[in-house]
Order: sequence, then structure tokens, then C-alpha cells
Amino acid sequence: MAVTKTEPINGSTTKSSAPPLQSMPLKSDLLSILSLKSLRLKTKQQELLIRVSILCLVYVLAFITRLFSVLRYESMIHEFDPYFNYRTTLFLTQKGFYEFWNWFDSESWYPLGRIIGGTLYPGLMVTAAMMYWGLRFLRFAVHIREVCVLTAPFFASNTTLVAYFFGKEIWDTGAGLVAAVLIAICPGYISRSVAGSYDNEGVAIFALLLTFYLFVKAVNTGSLAWGLASAFGYFYMVSAWGGYVFIINLIPLYVLALLITGRYSMRLYVAYNCMYVLGMLLAMQIRFVGFQHVQSGEHMAAMGVFFLMQVFYFLDWVKHLLNDKKLFEAFLRITVTCAVGVGAIALGVGTASGYISPWSGRFYSLLDPTYAKDHIPIIASVSEHQPTAWSSFMFDFHILLFLFPAGLYFCFKRLSDATIFIVMYGLTSMYFAGVMVRLILVATPAVCLISAIAVSATIKNLTMLLRTKSKVSQTGSTKGTGGGKTSSKAMLDQSQPFQRNGAIALLFGAFYLLSRYAIHCTWVTSEAYSSPSIVLAARGAHGNRVIFDDYREAYYWLRQNTPPDAKVMSWWDYGYQITAMGNRTVIVDNNTWNNTHIATVGRAMSSYEDEAYEIMRSLDVDYVLVVFGGVTGYSSDDINKFLWMVRIGGGVFPVIKEPDYLVNGEYRVDKGAAPKMLNCLMYKLSYYRFGELMTEYGKPPGYDRARGVEIGNKDIKLEHLEEAFTTSKLDRSYLQGQAAK
Amino acid sequence: MGRATSKDAQALIHSLRSAYAATPSSLKIIDLYVGFAVFSAIIQVVYMAIVGSFPFNSFLSGVLSCIGTAVLAVCLRIQVNKENKEFKDLPSEHAFADFVLCNLVLHLVIMNFLG
Repeated sequence: MAVTKTEPINGSTTKSSAPPLQSMPLKSDLLSILSLKSLRLKTKQQELLIRVSILCLVYVLAFITRLFSVLRYESMIHEFDPYFNYRTTLFLTQKGFYEFWNWFDSESWYPLGRIIGGTLYPGLMVTAAMMYWGLRFLRFAVHIREVCVLTAPFFASNTTLVAYFFGKEIWDTGAGLVAAVLIAICPGYISRSVAGSYDNEGVAIFALLLTFYLFVKAVNTGSLAWGLASAFGYFYMVSAWGGYVFIINLIPLYVLALLITGRYSMRLYVAYNCMYVLGMLLAMQIRFVGFQHVQSGEHMAAMGVFFLMQVFYFLDWVKHLLNDKKLFEAFLRITVTCAVGVGAIALGVGTASGYISPWSGRFYSLLDPTYAKDHIPIIASVSEHQPTAWSSFMFDFHILLFLFPAGLYFCFKRLSDATIFIVMYGLTSMYFAGVMVRLILVATPAVCLISAIAVSATIKNLTMLLRTKSKVSQTGSTKGTGGGKTSSKAMLDQSQPFQRNGAIALLFGAFYLLSRYAIHCTWVTSEAYSSPSIVLAARGAHGNRVIFDDYREAYYWLRQNTPPDAKVMSWWDYGYQITAMGNRTVIVDNNTWNNTHIATVGRAMSSYEDEAYEIMRSLDVDYVLVVFGGVTGYSSDDINKFLWMVRIGGGVFPVIKEPDYLVNGEYRVDKGAAPKMLNCLMYKLSYYRFGELMTEYGKPPGYDRARGVEIGNKDIKLEHLEEAFTTSKLDRSYLQGQAAK
Repeated sequence: MGRATSKDAQALIHSLRSAYAATPSSLKIIDLYVGFAVFSAIIQVVYMAIVGSFPFNSFLSGVLSCIGTAVLAVCLRIQVNKENKEFKDLPSEHAFADFVLCNLVLHLVIMNFLG
């Protein structure tokens, strides 16, 4: 028995990691029971077991690290946009697909209404509804809200799996495992996919990475089936998020780069054409996207590259047929001039006649960051659209920030079709991440993958230095997170012990860095990205936790105390939440599709009460909702957003001029403020009867804690509105009554 | 100069013809199919230019089904062609099965899009 047992041990000595002490059978028995050998596994199976268990652990880790807010507060939907998504998903599960596709919503954008069925990206809602129906079919009695809250963490776990396969495709399995771990906890991705953040990006990043992986697989194998799969991945991405424009521009750019550098092959032709034609057709099935793939300037690059490829490969084929250089050159000249001429004429006629629409403002402002500030104030006013500061990069990426250039170096050392793709994805997405904070999310998968290549390659090289082929075999110190397998036995020169010591030191350093990364990510997730925004917490004077649930208090007051057909006017930030929780009609909401309507509300808020009353009468407004943070020191209230109301209103109605509200270019609310500021509707509604309130010990009554000044106009009288309800700390609702005269 | 180019063009066409005659007949069938599909796409575009593009989705689905199947047939030709070294381990039945699958998906989507 001992003989047969030592046979496999001998054969796999150099590759295994268990120390075989053959001279002591008793000890070897004990050790073999404790080691994996007792399961009679070969090395390949051991490796598979390790990989699968790592992936399972990473899957669970990605899910549970996003659950902080559910544990601290409750299972609820966060922020503003997710409330709209929740409302539509609720509608879908209650009324079914037919009603959903044909839904005209008269409860928002009064009196215009909104065609919801045709103006949303249905991917997220359909996904959540499918999961809900699936669970219900299995007789799990879940509420749709729970499914919505946990959709994003579930898809984040799936993203780690896709990242593993993608890493395996680009580099090797070690890089895949490291990529899976990095992306599981990376704060750049967590910020938009915590439990409760039920927004398009939660599933869109999964779809993005899946599409890219399937496309790279198609290019590597040249198979039509993989191309078809990538077309379906693209379809899912188009149904989920407007950011699909990134895919439809990056892939043609990649194809162009390959064509120019001469790395093209037949596989590229098969992959790109299959994906483009089928993907385009599938994408046009989404009503919101419609015919944009053939009519919009943003999609023309893909079509141009499609035609270019046909010409290019046709020329290649003719060259192969002819075998005669001179004739071919003549043919080449004719064809190229014809093709370029026809293409240029078509493009010119299309653009000039307006048939091909130019780049829309949303995407044009990515190429020219100063465009939005001058021309489209709504886009400029969103805080997520501001350029990114270095601190945000460090906050969201930590060590990945310097591992990214290291990974680029490794990619360039071993160029292949797949590494060229990931390099282009990384560089373009980093550019866009620099332009807009929100797009750090799109750069995160690329950064994680490239950094994983750096980590995996470095650790592989270091461990190769450690593994020796001496009589007393040493175990290579392996990483806690990555499982880099080495296939060569490194013969170590015994006269250079410093190399081995240096390698051990560097490995410890790498381990330290990665553990700091894990600590940082968990801290960031816990502190910065797990707050539901709709419920606020603070520390009281005695260190106790104080919860502000004012938003929901105000919305439920509206739901229970106002007539069902009441119309509520507020700034567009709160529109989705009012319709979802308060169940009342709003004038403007977060969709911001009609700038003039928003400007009308902005004008009403910035005018004197009489003019505002006329505007509100014309819009049939019954209630006005205002968020005021002066009592608690909450700084995201409407007075701080007021200048944007002025700018947007002034953009459409020249009667509103921004300098009227400023004093020497300064925005003030105290005694020295501009007279128009002191008497406009927003000021009056926010500070009504505030002058009598003592907010802070030792300060005069009427001290605004958010601005840090005593307010200027304490004696406010409202003529056309009366105060309906004020929550304990933040929100105020006003009822519009009849004119006193 | 004109005579030189016309002579060139004649020599070009002649050598193209003779080289093409040497291709195997299975590939020629595929080429015929591609030519037919592109031809029907051109007819549809000419018809649209005359009559107008009112149900634009119908026009698009018609043209894209022709272009799509042409492109897929070219991919099939590439995969089946013995001269392509990259695809020599791919059995031609497998390539044809992929072709049929992709065409199936293409035409299902076209049916949905026709309106």
C-alpha cells in the first residue's frame, strides 16, 4: 500500500504544494490525511477546487459588502432616480407587459404628461420583474421592493464572474481571479450598486462587461456563435442604459485600430459584422432607441467602420485573387477613390440636410466639457456631471490607480487582440472618468482588469524566483487572494540568496498593499456610499444617533392629507419621490425632458409672490413643497440650489436675471442680501416664521445654521399661500389658497 | 493615356475572371447568394427613393435582412474556404450550423420589426 501511495506523490512532487517526506511513512500518512491528497485528487483537480472555492467566496463577498445600509437603516430604495424605477417596476408587476409598453403617465409633468412606455430603458425593470415572477413561481412570497433593493448586489456578484472569465481570456486564470476580487470590492463600482440603489447602472455595468467579454471571445475564436452571443449582450446593454453609446463607439474604434496597425484577420471580420448587424437590429427593438442607429451622429462611427471593413476585405480578397501587383494597384486606386468619394458625399448630404442628427448635448459635453455650462444649464447643474478631482480618483480606486500604468506596461509587453482591446477600453474610459465624476463607474472594470494583470504578472514572477528545484523542496509563498499557477520549475542559483530574500520581501509588500486596499474599500463602502439619501443620520449633542426621516414624513403627509387629484409644485429633484411615495401629480420631475417647463417652475420660485401666483394659477398648482435645511444645518436644501433655479429660469425667460439676486457677485441671505432675493417666493417660503425660531444656543433667533448667518427678512407675510405642514426639521408644504382681495 | 487605362482595365478584368474561375463551386454558390441578397437590397433602396420611406421600420427591416444575410453568408464563405489557415480546424458543418442559427435570429428579429 505504501508503494502505490508514494507513486503519485513522487510523480507530482515539483508541482504540488504539500511537503512529501517520503522517508517517514507515518508522518506522510498523517500529512496526507490532512492535505488534499486524502481526497485522491490530481493537481489539476486541486487547482480547479481552489479556483471554484475562490470564486464562490468572491461571489458571496461582492453581495454582502453592499448590504451596509440595509443593516443600518432598513430595506428601502435610495436617492431620487431609483424611485421612478421602483414605481415603473411596481406598475409592470401589477398590470403586465401590455399596459407597461403603452403607459401614458398623466401624474407627472402636469399638464403635459409623459409617455413612459416609450421613453425609458426597460432592461432594469424587466430584469427585476422576471426575478420577482421567478421567485413567486417557486412560492417564495417576496415583495417587489425587496427584489428591487437586492437587484444591484446580485448583479454585482455576477459581474465578478464575468470579470474572471474576461481576465482569463485576456491574460490567464490568475489574472482572472485577481480581477474578480478587485472588482468585487472596488468603491468605484460599489457607489452605484449598493443594496437599495435601484438604478440602471446596477445592471448596466454587468451588461457592459458581458458584451465586451463576448466580443473579445468572438474576435479570439472567430466563431459566429460567439458573435451572436455578443449581439445579445449588446441588446441587453441597450435595454438597460443610455451609456451603450460607449460600446457602439469603442468597438469600431478598436476595429479601426486593428486595421491600421495591420493586426486584422478573418476572425475580426466575422466577429464585428455579426455583432454589428445583429446588434443593431436587436437594439432598434427598444422603442426609446428607435432608429437612432441609422440616424444619429453618435452611431455613425459604427456604420462607417462597417462599410470600411467591407471595402477593406474586398480589396484584400481581390489582391489575393490577382497575384499581380501592378494590376492590383490600378484596381486599388479606382476602388478607394470611389468608396471614399461615395462615403464622404453620403455623410455630407446626411449631416447637411439634418437627416443625420448631430451629437446630442449629453454626449457632446463629454468631448467638450465647457459646452454644458454655456448652453445647457440643466446638465451643468447636476452634481454628478462635474469634472473629477484627484481625490475622487484616489477615493474610488486606491492602489489600482498606480497599478493601472503597471498593467498597461504588461499589456504592451504581450500585445494580442485581446490586450489591445483592454488597453483601449482602459484609456478611453479613464479620459471620460476625468471629464465627469459619474463615469468613474464605467472606468472601474477596465482599471480592475488591467491592475489585475499587473498584480498577477508581478506575483507570478516573484513566486517563480522562490520556487527552487532543490532536494528539500520549498513551498512558494502564495497570495491570499490570487492563485497564480506556475508551470515551469525555476532553477535557483544558490549563490544568490538575496534574490530570494528580495522576492520574499516584495511578496510581503504586495500582500500588505492588497490588504490595505481591502480595508480602504470596506471603510469607504461603510462611510461614504451606504447612505440612503432619503434618510439622514447625525450625531446628537450627547453622541446619540439622530435620524432625520423628514422626506418620507412629508410625502406621507401629502399622501394622507391632500385630495387625490392635488398637484404639487417643487423643484425637479423631488419629483420622482413625490409621485412614488406621495402618490400625487407633480409639475416637473427628474426626467428633465422639458427644459421650458422646468424654467417655468424656476421662474415661479424666483419671482415675487404676485407674479408667482399667476404662474401657479396657470399650472393648476395646489401645493408647493420646499426643502429647508436651516434648522438642522442640512446643506442640500432648496436655498442652496436656488441659483440654479434662477439660471435655468433665466435661460428661457430673460426677465429673470441672475445679478438681481447677488450682491457684488456674492450670494447672501442675510441683511445685506439683494432686495429681490429677500422678497422672492423661495425665500419667503423657506424662511416663513423662521425669524421667531431659536436654532442655536447663543445666537439670535432666525439664525440659519446651513448658511451660518442670521436671515435678513424676518417679518414675512404670505398673501396667496398658507402654510400647510412643516415636518419636524426639514420639509415645508404650502397650500395655495384664493386671493385675499 | 485613355488607351493605356482601358487596356489596363481589360487586362484587370481578364485576370480577375480567370482567377475567379479557379474557385471551388461551393464557394461560387455562396457568392451567388451574396450577390442576390445585395441585389435585392439595392432594388429596395431604389423603390424607397421613388415611393418614400413612410413605414421606416419596414424599409429598414427589409434592407437590413438582405444586408444581414449577405454579411452572414460572407462569414460562412470565410469559414468554409480551405485557404484560410485560421479556420482549418473548424468543420464546415459547424460553420453552416452557426450560419443557420444566426440567420434564424436575424429573421425572427426582422419579423418583429416589420410591423
